Amino acid sequence: MNAIIFSAVWGVVMMFGGLIAKNKTTVTYLAIAGLLVLTGVNLLHSCGSWVIKVDTHETLHFDSMGLYFNTIAFVSTLLYVLLSGKDIERAGVHVAEYYALIFFVLCGVSILTSFNGLLMLFLGIEIMSIPLYILTGADKKNLKSNEASLKYFLMGSFSTGIMLMGIALIYGATGNFGINIGPNSAAGTGLGFRPSFLEVGGLLLLFVAMSFKVSAAPFHFWTPDVYDGAPSVFTSFMATIVKSAGFYAFIKLMDVRTAILGDSWLIVLPLVIFSTLLIGNITAVFQQSVKRMLAYSSIAQAGFMLFALYGTSVMSKEGLILYAFSYSIATIGLFAILIRLKDYSLDGFNGLAAQHPMVAFSAAVFLLSLAGIPLTAGFFAKYYMLAAAVKAGGILWLVIAAVLLAAVSVYYYFRVIQSMYFKTGTPEWTSPAGKSFAWTLLLLAALLIYAGLFPTAVLKFIYF
Amino acid sequence: MISAILILLPLITGAVSFAIRSSEAARRLSFFSALITLGVAIGALLPSNASILALDLPWLPVMGSRFALSMDGMSKMLCLLTALSFPVIFLASFRQSFRMPGAFYGWMLLSQAGLMGVFLAADALLFYFFWELALIPVYFLCSTWGGERRIAVTIKFFLYTFIGSLLMLAGIIYLSFQMPTTSFSISDITQAAVNSPNNTLLFFLFFIAFAIKMPVFPLHTWQPEAYEESPSPVTMVMSGVMVKMGIYAVIRWLLPLFPSVAEQYASIIIAFAVAGMLYASLIAMQQNNLRRLIAYSSIAHIGLMAAALFTSHAGATQGVMLQMFSHGVNVIGLWILADAIEKITGTRQLNEMGGLARKAPRLAILLVVMGLANVALPLTNAFVGEFMMFNGLFHFNWVVAAAAGISIILAAVYTLRMIEKVLYGSPANSDLPIADLSPNITWALVVLVALVLIGGIYPQPLIDLTKDTVEALTLKK
Repeated sequence: MNAIIFSAVWGVVMMFGGLIAKNKTTVTYLAIAGLLVLTGVNLLHSCGSWVIKVDTHETLHFDSMGLYFNTIAFVSTLLYVLLSGKDIERAGVHVAEYYALIFFVLCGVSILTSFNGLLMLFLGIEIMSIPLYILTGADKKNLKSNEASLKYFLMGSFSTGIMLMGIALIYGATGNFGINIGPNSAAGTGLGFRPSFLEVGGLLLLFVAMSFKVSAAPFHFWTPDVYDGAPSVFTSFMATIVKSAGFYAFIKLMDVRTAILGDSWLIVLPLVIFSTLLIGNITAVFQQSVKRMLAYSSIAQAGFMLFALYGTSVMSKEGLILYAFSYSIATIGLFAILIRLKDYSLDGFNGLAAQHPMVAFSAAVFLLSLAGIPLTAGFFAKYYMLAAAVKAGGILWLVIAAVLLAAVSVYYYFRVIQSMYFKTGTPEWTSPAGKSFAWTLLLLAALLIYAGLFPTAVLKFIYF
Repeated sequence: MISAILILLPLITGAVSFAIRSSEAARRLSFFSALITLGVAIGALLPSNASILALDLPWLPVMGSRFALSMDGMSKMLCLLTALSFPVIFLASFRQSFRMPGAFYGWMLLSQAGLMGVFLAADALLFYFFWELALIPVYFLCSTWGGERRIAVTIKFFLYTFIGSLLMLAGIIYLSFQMPTTSFSISDITQAAVNSPNNTLLFFLFFIAFAIKMPVFPLHTWQPEAYEESPSPVTMVMSGVMVKMGIYAVIRWLLPLFPSVAEQYASIIIAFAVAGMLYASLIAMQQNNLRRLIAYSSIAHIGLMAAALFTSHAGATQGVMLQMFSHGVNVIGLWILADAIEKITGTRQLNEMGGLARKAPRLAILLVVMGLANVALPLTNAFVGEFMMFNGLFHFNWVVAAAAGISIILAAVYTLRMIEKVLYGSPANSDLPIADLSPNITWALVVLVALVLIGGIYPQPLIDLTKDTVEALTLKK
């Protein structure tokens, strides 16, 4: 509750802060302060002390895992602002508004990690999405940004409509918005009880809408254009924190409900996972622009995160948290470097290692982690996902397909490493990489390596 | 405890080496580190109880994975080979200077740490970790310091091996969940594999990973290019030690895990391996490029080992043990010589060489000895191992043994042809200033030649060392 209220309040504070603060840097500091406090109050909630209590009639339910996910999301945002704050200031004129919108997104994230009813799920998704439509179009004079914003908005509203339809159907079938399945079906699934058509239909519509939000194939078509068109700073935010939160909500939603779908679920899900992995990985291979490559690779990574839907086990949730952590950190770091480069193509990275060894080393660690190479957090993230799937059903063919496609991803991630290390050139920067920037990147890389050696170090905080 | 030192020593010195800027300092540090590692590896041979050698620490308790290392005869021998080859390689490349020397020697030592880990790990997940750790340094070494086509060639090599190891990972994950409590220890994994329903599929998941690494025909296509484009010290590591990872893994993991499937598919795998031997030998005969010739000859030798492994004949397995060590020694010697020849004559093409015997007598003698060891002449180290492997193959099926025998004859043809083209005839380019081998290379080769002769005359110590592994494997059947 702390996080929901505080993030909403601080969003408003940021909006008015823009009127008072004349200096853009001051606004960034204000946002950093807000994020620190936000993380703090969320941690307080995790410890159970100093909690604002609002009676939500059990439409919100806070558990340690959701709160820990909040912490990861806030810390990632903090790191993101530390790394790319200067670039947010440069994205347009209304800096304070951008930060305000980011805080509103975080408010949506905290609702999504704690919803206990479909209505709250809907509210969370909307609160998270609407600021993003605006942020996508932040570069007002750029046609591509406008196009992306409009496309995102139209597609997004469409999927929201589908979601609402699904919620209505489920409400019609069960008579309540509760996330837990109705007493009839709960008792009956084991006894060969067939859930009503309305309930299954509603759940499928919800599945489609959520797949759209996390850009799972075949609902992924908006992703490359939106990620490519949006100002790079906001792409970084969208592709990491927002996406992970969408996944968390997705899993929370499907956790109890997969029983309703029965065996048909085990046909739908593998197909969605396989096509997401296939489309994301294969298309990423052909991209020349690193930004677009990362957009497609984010689809591919979503394919891996979908594995968490397989298991109702604790392992899949832990795995998702680990995945969200490693994927967000690596992608934020990579984007922070990318934003500052003039040339987004692969050639723009040529010779980075000779010019900025520390930056190049961190970028290499990020790429290795995304590719899932051992000794980085990405390896254990992928490991947990596959293990959760094997544990749940043992569909070996899908696991084999996934690892083969992970090998494809090595090809395009390593092309960036090749450019940085083995080709000569001098990258041009829009804003030069300073010492503090390089050290922050190195800190992120060290985090990934540490989590790659001891993944349990990241996870044990769930239960503290 | 000792096993941990074998991994940590190169790991730490390797990490330190990255910070060094001076070429001289990096070279000395790595050489001394490699020498100390060699001392430790020799120390591990002394009779002692298992607790001094092994190590078992909790690593990832949630997943049931432990940092478990153990050392049996085969591990000791391969650790010794790894520990021995690095100082020799460093010694042979003492006069070469590399761009960013600290990073070069750092990566080399890290790959040594990875190799040691592969040969020592007694936990499947840990094994997978080290398997990759040995690969990644090589990726950076080849891509940074390699030849002209290095980037394309290295990514091909990397993807090949990475696909293989990911398939293995899928297999490991699947197996680890077949037990009531998740575990990766070698005994639990073996238990799970024996009872698992998807045996055949799992067998091939593991086998493909190992077959790519060895490499077995038709998964060998990454190898000649990678050997040609890599910097010579890396080529030596790859062909001398790294390919043994594949063979080692078959003996340590594949055969104990899936004995019945291995027997079922033995004839097909042996057929492929022998076909690969003939194919590689025929190509080696046509080669005009010295490095490619050695690469294909190496494929042929590995093919014989792969075939012998699946005969389920104790003698043949013992022969593979011997041959793993001998092949490592011989092929490193050949690469050192090939590198020296290339430096002296300035070319890799055999038809542009000739007449070196008169101008470089030391090189000539050493090349002939190494060449004869490559042909497995009696009194050289390769003879004993090859003889035992042939014996096993013959027991399996005489047609296969005959086909493999042809490839041994072909080995003599291409090796002697290579010696003739390099050493005799009239010098193709007579105005080149010709120098003989430098002292450091001579010493490195003298060490190897001594090993060739000792192994040829008195191989019993190696047989005694690895007997326990062979017996354990035969007992399982």
